[in-house]
Amino acid sequence: MTSATLRPASDYPPGGDAFRHRHLIGIAQLTPWEISYVLDAAEEWVDLNRSGASKHDDRLAGLTIINAFFENSTRTLLSFEIAGKRLGADVVNMHAAQSSVKKGETLIDTAMTLNAMRADAMVIRHASSGAVQLIADKVDCPVLNAGDGRHEHPTQALLDALTIRRRKGRVEGLTIAICGDVLHSRVARSNILALTLLGNEVRVVAPATLTPPAIDRMHVATFTDMDEGLKDADVVMMLRLQNERMDGAYLPSAREYHALYGLTPKRLEKAKPDAIVMHPGPMNRGVEIDSNVADDPVRSTITEQVEMGVAVRMACLDILTRRKRKVAGWA
Amino acid sequence: MGVTPLHIVNARLLGGTTGSLLAIDGSIAALNPSDVPDGTEVVDARGLWLAPGIIDLGVFATDKPAFHFGGITRAALMPDAGPLDSPGLVERSAKGGKPDLWVHPLAAATKGLEGRELAEIGLMKQAGARAIATGRNRIADSGVMRRVLSYAASLGLVTIIHAEDEGLTAGAVATDGEMATRLGLASAPAVAEAMAIARDLALVEETGAPVHFRQVTTAKGLDLIRAAKAMGLPVLCGITPAHLLLSDTAIGDFRTFARLSPPLRSEDDRHACLTALADGTIDVLASGHDPRGPEDKRLPFAEALPGMAGAETLLALGLGFVRDGHIAPERLFDLLAATPACLLGVDAGQLKVGMEADLILIDEGTPWQVDAKRMAAWAGNTPFDGMPVQGRATAMWKGGLRIR
Repeated sequence: MTSATLRPASDYPPGGDAFRHRHLIGIAQLTPWEISYVLDAAEEWVDLNRSGASKHDDRLAGLTIINAFFENSTRTLLSFEIAGKRLGADVVNMHAAQSSVKKGETLIDTAMTLNAMRADAMVIRHASSGAVQLIADKVDCPVLNAGDGRHEHPTQALLDALTIRRRKGRVEGLTIAICGDVLHSRVARSNILALTLLGNEVRVVAPATLTPPAIDRMHVATFTDMDEGLKDADVVMMLRLQNERMDGAYLPSAREYHALYGLTPKRLEKAKPDAIVMHPGPMNRGVEIDSNVADDPVRSTITEQVEMGVAVRMACLDILTRRKRKVAGWA
Repeated sequence: MGVTPLHIVNARLLGGTTGSLLAIDGSIAALNPSDVPDGTEVVDARGLWLAPGIIDLGVFATDKPAFHFGGITRAALMPDAGPLDSPGLVERSAKGGKPDLWVHPLAAATKGLEGRELAEIGLMKQAGARAIATGRNRIADSGVMRRVLSYAASLGLVTIIHAEDEGLTAGAVATDGEMATRLGLASAPAVAEAMAIARDLALVEETGAPVHFRQVTTAKGLDLIRAAKAMGLPVLCGITPAHLLLSDTAIGDFRTFARLSPPLRSEDDRHACLTALADGTIDVLASGHDPRGPEDKRLPFAEALPGMAGAETLLALGLGFVRDGHIAPERLFDLLAATPACLLGVDAGQLKVGMEADLILIDEGTPWQVDAKRMAAWAGNTPFDGMPVQGRATAMWKGGLRIR
C-alpha cells in the first residue's frame, strides 16, 4: 500500500499564484511546482476517499460540471463523474453518440450551446488533437482536457505521477520506461512531459513503426529492444495497444507484438527488483501485458492508478473552480 | 479599340531606373517614348514602381477583390473546383473574371482529377485552358502520369504538378518533426515530396514533356530540381511566400490558418528554400490563394481543410525578399509575372513593346499590417495575421484600361 508524500505548503506561492491557469489543457503549460501542487492537493482527497462511508465534501455544491465526451470512454468519464459528485457538484454527462454532434453540428456550436447552459466547468474528451483547446478558447468556464486525439491527457499523467510518488516516495531521479504504442498515445505524450519536467530519466520503448518522429526532442531516450529499454528501470509504464494497430499496418500480428514487446515476468526481471508496473487501462491481457504481471499485488499499480485518478480529478476540479467560488487569494 | 492611349511618366521601371511607358490600344507601344499621340492620358507616377500586373499561377478561387488588392491582373485557376475537366467548364471559368481580371483556367489532367483516365485536354485547350494540372494531389499511377505528360506536351501544354507521395502522406496533416510530435498530429516525412519529384523527373527525362512543380518546399526536392535543370530538362518550380517565411513552428497552438498543402516544413528546409530563391532554382512565386471560411478552418487542426488566402499578401511579402537582399527587384517580377506568363503562353508579364498593357504601380515603402479580420478576400485565412509588411499596389491597368 502507498503512503502520502506531502510537501510543506510554504513551498508554493500564495493563493492563485500556486496554479496560474484558467484551464487544464495539457502538461505542456505547467511548471514543476504546479504539478507538485496538484499532487499535494490530491493527497487530501485520497484520504477522504478512503475514509469510510461518507466520502463527501460539498465545496462544489451548486456548481454544474458538464462532462462532454465526444469519444467513447468508460473509466475516465466515470472517474470525473465520481470526482465531481464527491465534491458536491451537479454533474451531467454528454455522450457524442446521443448528441447533436451526430446530426452535423460543428464542435464550436456544440461548445457554445454547452456554454449557454452556464456550466461552471467542462470536462472534454475528443478524438482530434487540439479540439479541447479550440473549445477552451470559446467558452467562459474552466475546461479540463480528458484526452484530445494523440495530443494530451493531463489528468492521466498527474495520476500516474501521484501513483509513482506514493509508491517510490519521490517522482524525481527515477528511470521510467514508457512502452508500447507511443505514436498514437496521448497518455505517453503527457507522461513524457510531466515526468521529464519533474526530473526523471524517461525512456521510450516502442517498435520503430510506433515511435513518433523526432521524439528525442522531448528529452527521452528511445529503444526498440524491450529488454534493453527495461534495464534497471524503476517504473515500467505499459500503454494500451489499439486493436486496429495489430492488423498489419503498424505491426504484423498480436502474437508477434507479444513476443517482442509483451511484458512477461521474465522480461520484467531486466528492470530493478523493486520496479513497479503501470498501465492506464483498459489492458489487452496476453498482448502488451501478461496476466501474472498485471495481477502481481506487489509490483502492479494498475488498480491504484484508478484510485489516484479520482483524487487527482477532485483536486483539479477544486483548484480550477476556486476563482468562481471566490476562494480567498484566488479572485 | 476605343482605349485612350496611356502615358505613365516618372515611374521607376521594375523598381530600377526612372522612365516612362506608353500604351496604345491595350498594348505596350514604347518605353521612354520621345513623343506621344494627341489625346494621350498622362499619369504621373511620382517615383512609384511600375511593373507588369502579377500573374498568380495556381489559385483555387476567382476572388476578384483579393486579386485587385494584391495587384494581380491574371490568375491561373486550379482545376479542383468543379473539377475543370470538360471544355464547357473551362470556357465558363475563363469568362469568370470579365471584364477586369484575366482568368486562365488550368485544365484537369485526368477525368474528375481522379488520376485514372485522360481528360479532354485538346478540347479544353481550344476552350481556353493554358496548361493542365494534377490538382491538389499528384497522379498516383505512373503509367497514367506518363501518358498525361506526353499527351499534354504534344499539344504544347505544360503540366503543373503537385508533388507529394500519397503513400507517405496518407492521413498526414503536418511534416514529421518535433512540432507534429508534441501536438500529436499525424505527420509525414518531408521526403514524400522528393520521392514524387524524382518519379516525375524520370518521366520528364523519358518523354521530354515540360513540367512545372507548383510548390517545391524541401531541400531534397530543390536539389533534384537543381540537378534536373543542370541536365537541361524542361522543368520549372514554384513556391509560396508562406513556405519561405514560416516553418512548422507556425502550427503551434493548432493554428489552422497555418495548415497548408504541402504542410509547412522544418526550419532547415525553409532556409534551403530561401537559398533556392536566391540562386534561381525557384522560378515562380505564387499565392496559392485558397480562401476558406470558418466552416473549413474553425475546426480541430486535423479536421480543418488546408489552404491560405494569399493573394493580398503576395506582393508585399515578395517585396520583403527584395528588401532582405535575397533577390533583386527585376527577379521578383520574373517570379511574379514574366515566368508565369511564359509558362501560360500569354503576351504579358513584362515591360516590353508588344506586350499586353497589364500594369501596376507599386508604392514599395507603404507600411501596412496584415489583418485577417479585414481582408479583401472572401475569407481571411492568412497565416500572416498581424504581421507588419511594406508595399502595395496603388493603381492597376488591364489592357491599358484603369481598373483601380
